[in-house]
Amino acid sequence: MVRDVAMHMSDGLLNTTTSLLFGGVAVVGLAVAAARARDDLDDRTAPMAGLVAAFVFATQMLNFPVLPGVSGHLLGGALAAILVGPWVGALCVSIVLVVQGLVFADGGLTALGANITNMALIGTAAGFGVAVLLRRFTRTRGGLVAVAFTAAFANTVIASLGFVLEFAIGGDPAFSLGAVTATMVGVHCLIGIGEGIITALTVGAVAAIRPDLVYLLRGTRRELELKEPVA
Amino acid sequence: MSAGHAHPLHRPGDSPVHRLAPQVKIVAAVSAVLCVVSTPRERFWAFGVYFVLLCAVWAIARIPPGWLAPRALIEAPFVVLALVFPFVAGGPTVAFLGITVSEHGLLSGWNILAKGTLGVLASLTLAATTSPGELIVGLQRLRVPNMVVTIATLMMRYLEVIGDEARRMRLARISRGHDPRFLWQVGATARGVGTLFVRSYERGERVHLAMVSRGWTGAMPDHGGPAGRAAWLAGLAPTVLAAVVLGIAL
Repeated sequence: MVRDVAMHMSDGLLNTTTSLLFGGVAVVGLAVAAARARDDLDDRTAPMAGLVAAFVFATQMLNFPVLPGVSGHLLGGALAAILVGPWVGALCVSIVLVVQGLVFADGGLTALGANITNMALIGTAAGFGVAVLLRRFTRTRGGLVAVAFTAAFANTVIASLGFVLEFAIGGDPAFSLGAVTATMVGVHCLIGIGEGIITALTVGAVAAIRPDLVYLLRGTRRELELKEPVA
Repeated sequence: MSAGHAHPLHRPGDSPVHRLAPQVKIVAAVSAVLCVVSTPRERFWAFGVYFVLLCAVWAIARIPPGWLAPRALIEAPFVVLALVFPFVAGGPTVAFLGITVSEHGLLSGWNILAKGTLGVLASLTLAATTSPGELIVGLQRLRVPNMVVTIATLMMRYLEVIGDEARRMRLARISRGHDPRFLWQVGATARGVGTLFVRSYERGERVHLAMVSRGWTGAMPDHGGPAGRAAWLAGLAPTVLAAVVLGIAL
């Protein structure tokens, strides 16, 4: 359950100044993402963005047990970044968080800025950064699956550090930051494995059937292979 | 998305709260929770007044508290956290109900419990009186960029596409002799998750093309005009009261 605190923070975990500060960070970050996403999003890719958002939404609803009493759910930042690119991906994850806050009362309304900063901005950027660094391994299917796993793992662990930063600025000073950091990172390494598996399975399947839909594979299209018919 | 779709947290009705323009309700809910979060945690009475204000809104919206209570369980993980705090935090200790606990932890636990609960109840009130479609219209009227509204609209639509597709795939597995039990089902679902994505995309693409060919331009048609001054005044009244309470508590 520490997991839920990490990503879907409730109201009251951070003080008002910090909530507003990260609300501002989220608005600026999303404005940049929206400006850059305009180039990536057209009539053809809009349904893909909607579907990625819906998929992230659905997978965030699935909680899986990590440790006794600790459950995790997926963040989806790396999945969104690999499939629709970092800018549209950040928008998708933010929309999921806003709708969950407004429609499903999941995550505090005042903690929305901090939640968006962690999961949509930091998480997506980290996941996509790792995926781009490892892009040369994506030529084979196994390589792509491994890259997706690594990117999703990095996305989860680095996003949890966002919470540590926010807690250090505006959290309760009664808790030692070292213990909070150790718990957060430890739990998120376990969640990262689950996140990695789901991301790898999804990206692998989409790349096998519709490689044209994977943003990370743009520009790496292979020549059509003509095979001789078996006599 | 459309009004006909049932939603577990939405309670259709015709009360003044239901009829209020969605953009007013979003602004009112977010600012009210901001007031709650800004309240110093030692002002116990203020949280009581906030709760009474919420009860008044429920009375006007005709939402029975018994309907809200089970839906507020989403907060349960935080309640556990709040109960753990008094035992793990350091600092001076105090006797509470016969148990020696950390004074600081007790206050921290109370802080999260009170603010978290009021936040969840405020969000639930918003969700209960506003359908998801109306909420998106509200965001649209609050000048949220068109592209974001497009993605959000498609997302709400595709949630049901994914759900239906997942049901079809499960039915297909069962009819081929798969015997789903609680945990084994998870394995099959995980292996099928990529297929589910591609199938949902291809169905979603058809839905999208059908929408485009019927004149969809990225946003649902918005027939309501901007909310008048009276609507803003009425909608923000509980929030203004909460701000007054905050002013006294500070």
